[in-house]
Amino acid sequence: MKILVTAKRVTDPESKLSLTKDGRIDYDSVDFKMNPFCEIAVEEAIKIAEDADDAEVIVVAVGSEDATKEIRTALAMGAHRGILVEADEDTLDSDGVARILVALCKKENPDLVILGKQAVDGDNNQVGQLLAEYLGWPQATFAYKVEIGSDGKSAVVQREVDGGVETVEASFPLVLTTDLRLNEPRYASLPGIMKAKKKPLETLEPADLGVDVAPKVQTVSMALPPKRAAGRLVKSVDELVKALATEAKVI
Amino acid sequence: MSTVLVLAEQQFGKLANASLNAIGAAQALAAQVGGGFDIAVAGSGIDAIAATLAGYGAARVFQLEHAALKDYTAQAYGQAFAGAAQASGAKFVIAAATSIGKDCTPRVAARLGAGMASDVVAIGGSASAVTYQRPMWAGNIQGTVKINTAIQVLTVRATEFDAPAAAGSSPVEKVAAAVDAASLRMRFVKLDSVKSDRPSLTDANVVVSGGRGLKEPANFEKVLAPLADLLGAAIGATRAVVDAGWVPNDWQVGQTGKVVAPALYIAVGLSGAIQHLAGMKSSKTIVAINKDPEAPIFQVADFGLVADLFDAVPELTRQISARK
Repeated sequence: MKILVTAKRVTDPESKLSLTKDGRIDYDSVDFKMNPFCEIAVEEAIKIAEDADDAEVIVVAVGSEDATKEIRTALAMGAHRGILVEADEDTLDSDGVARILVALCKKENPDLVILGKQAVDGDNNQVGQLLAEYLGWPQATFAYKVEIGSDGKSAVVQREVDGGVETVEASFPLVLTTDLRLNEPRYASLPGIMKAKKKPLETLEPADLGVDVAPKVQTVSMALPPKRAAGRLVKSVDELVKALATEAKVI
Repeated sequence: MSTVLVLAEQQFGKLANASLNAIGAAQALAAQVGGGFDIAVAGSGIDAIAATLAGYGAARVFQLEHAALKDYTAQAYGQAFAGAAQASGAKFVIAAATSIGKDCTPRVAARLGAGMASDVVAIGGSASAVTYQRPMWAGNIQGTVKINTAIQVLTVRATEFDAPAAAGSSPVEKVAAAVDAASLRMRFVKLDSVKSDRPSLTDANVVVSGGRGLKEPANFEKVLAPLADLLGAAIGATRAVVDAGWVPNDWQVGQTGKVVAPALYIAVGLSGAIQHLAGMKSSKTIVAINKDPEAPIFQVADFGLVADLFDAVPELTRQISARK
């Protein structure tokens, strides 16, 4: 079984973001880490591979050279080899990432592609679905539980949806995207980290894959959201009820 | 030929309320760019749903029928909606950013060769250059984006667009949906939902949410439910208590859970993590009850009460009840 899994380098969600004078993210003041949903994707890929006979997990990052750090983390967790596709993160959009992954899938022919459902920077929640449609494959997004069929050629997936939990069944090859509660990602062990240094890591450019990454969606500007008017502390339930009734007029 | 096409959502013969907000967004967009709007809905045996959708001022309602659309799957519905978009000649395709909208709409965009903006909260720009405002970094950054392709696809955050008034009677065109049944390799098995008499989180006018401060699962029923019942409210929760299995996953309010914007949001015993705030900070009035004065939730609250929730919430319930 061959599993392709993506790992995106994102700003640490706990970092406080600020904008530079010309309205761009001030990256100097933030930390970076692997997108939490991608960590869950990598963990799921490794778990599935561990349970299968003779499975390979290939981790792919699309972005700057710094993303090799995230690839090494995934390799340290247990992925077998890594691919970095170097592309300009400032202009790359979801569709560009999807088109790069299409080319990689045509090269690698995976049975499963597992992605995080969204990256916590762009919050687009598109790449997995775009990829699946471009390949003509089924998809199971927002996965909460994945059970691989005994034939190793299909999966039953429980998905977190608005109304509760939905169960779908699909045959391989298949695209999965991960939701928060799918698993608890392992920490890379020290032996894992040492082994990761020797695992293959290939660097490519979109042109090598015949992909033009001209974006379909462009960010025109960014701003901090308008601040809410300052609220106040009330001293008692009496005061709260009075405020809700007479000021907010909601009760 | 209309410029805008709304992809309306139905499941098990029920129209999603959020689709009405999507129609509201389509009306506004059509007014901006000119050219009116159509509505497409997909399923099997959905005459009643199509008839309902005919009451919102669309130029046409496309009722896409196919046996393969009996239950929702991304593959089949993506094909059906893309086919309708191509046939209609629409330049803008809009769906609500519900689970189904998020799951399906990118596939429609891919089939149309279109760029897509997700979770749009405001539409701006001009007739010939539309821009879309959308939250990024869990709503800590407001981004304005534009789409360069001939067709533009978007999902809209339902809480940010008004549902339309009822208007007129649109002609309904019942068509065989363009689904390639042989290509389908996935099937819907079932949907497990926890039935509730309370309004749904995304539709409710009032939301009462609880976090770890409630100390144990039973307190959702003992402490929050009386207040929620009194206010006709939905009950929400933080990721922490959902992860702990205290409440069902679809109660989670947050960046990757439900995004709500009710008239009144009462946050009880929850600290206000960034990811939670992302799901509720557009609420009109926010109340926070927490015994920790440093809790970040107080920074977004209009009214904050530093108190023990086990005293304050029953007292609040008592006083509101006395006023009725």
